[in-house]
Amino acid sequence: MTREQVLDLYFLDARHKLVEVAAFLDRAQRARGRDDFRLQAFHAALAELAGGRQQKAKRVLLAFSDLTTQPVARAETKGACGAARTRPAQPQRRRATPPVSP
Amino acid sequence: MKYIEPHAHMVSRVTDDYERMALAGCVAVCEPAFWAGFDRSSPSGFYDYFSQLTEHEPKRAAKFGLKHFCWLGLNSKEAEDVQLAEEVLALIPEFLSRPNVLGVGEIGLNKNSRNELRVFEMQVDLAARHNQLILVHTPHLEDKWKGTRLILEALQNDRRIRPERVIIDHVEEHTVELVLAAGMWAGITLYPETKCTPARGIDLLENYGQERLWLNSACDWGVSDPLAVPKTAREMQRRGHAAAMIEKVVFQNPGKFLRQSPHFKL
Repeated sequence: MTREQVLDLYFLDARHKLVEVAAFLDRAQRARGRDDFRLQAFHAALAELAGGRQQKAKRVLLAFSDLTTQPVARAETKGACGAARTRPAQPQRRRATPPVSP
Repeated sequence: MKYIEPHAHMVSRVTDDYERMALAGCVAVCEPAFWAGFDRSSPSGFYDYFSQLTEHEPKRAAKFGLKHFCWLGLNSKEAEDVQLAEEVLALIPEFLSRPNVLGVGEIGLNKNSRNELRVFEMQVDLAARHNQLILVHTPHLEDKWKGTRLILEALQNDRRIRPERVIIDHVEEHTVELVLAAGMWAGITLYPETKCTPARGIDLLENYGQERLWLNSACDWGVSDPLAVPKTAREMQRRGHAAAMIEKVVFQNPGKFLRQSPHFKL
């Protein structure tokens, strides 16, 4: 597809989703209380959108991911919340660096 | 356009879905064993479920002209109890010779725990001992990248496993390369919120080629769409993909992998 064809097919949908993201951030900002790991991961993921680097979807997914490499001792829950709790406090030695192309 | 739905949990769907899928061109549906939404209390619950997948569900599908196949295994959401897992796995061999059973699946990891990994390795061993195909579930959301790596490592550590006989399902942009580089098949799951949209699924096909990749809906008891595969085929048409390429992805590719089981006959 040409870039024009991509824009014709997907621009309005992407615009709609971006406005939803902006509104979500406004909503979270005006709400009472503190940020938690999910919002921190969200902002880290947003930073991956800027600039001309490729593989933005992959970079966003990695920003939300648990990048440790060892199994956890026990599954305490069945569900996933969308962002790794361990990420901000993760010791450097246990973090893997997945290959990301520029 | 004919297509194969290689991953759908039809026991959780209403009969109308079979009719809609048949009208959309589906010729065969493959149903991996799954978590029911609650933990089964005993191995006998699994025995009944495996009987449902191998006896009752094929008849329900046949009413609409659909072939029904299944995979048997213990879902990773119930793998924390290793003793229960051992008892359930002991039930599986007697079902493997049934005519609609394709292999062991969906097995894998959910929260990437030690017990989940141990039970996964037990199920890989079961598949190897019985020369079965393997269908692997990868974890959701933040756990997917780590889980995919642990799964691939476990499979590659077992020298009996031939990578071309393994499908790693629910890949996304950050895991598809890992799977394809390991020589295994990759399943792109078209599922709201937690997996791929049709547009992203097609992006993966455009970026990584059409070899060792298939599309599936994984429709189940959650909000999901049993027509996700034909809807994605329509989206591929909108992008200008040729009919032959679309048929390769939604019909020929799953057929090529699944025919490695002697039970897969259309």
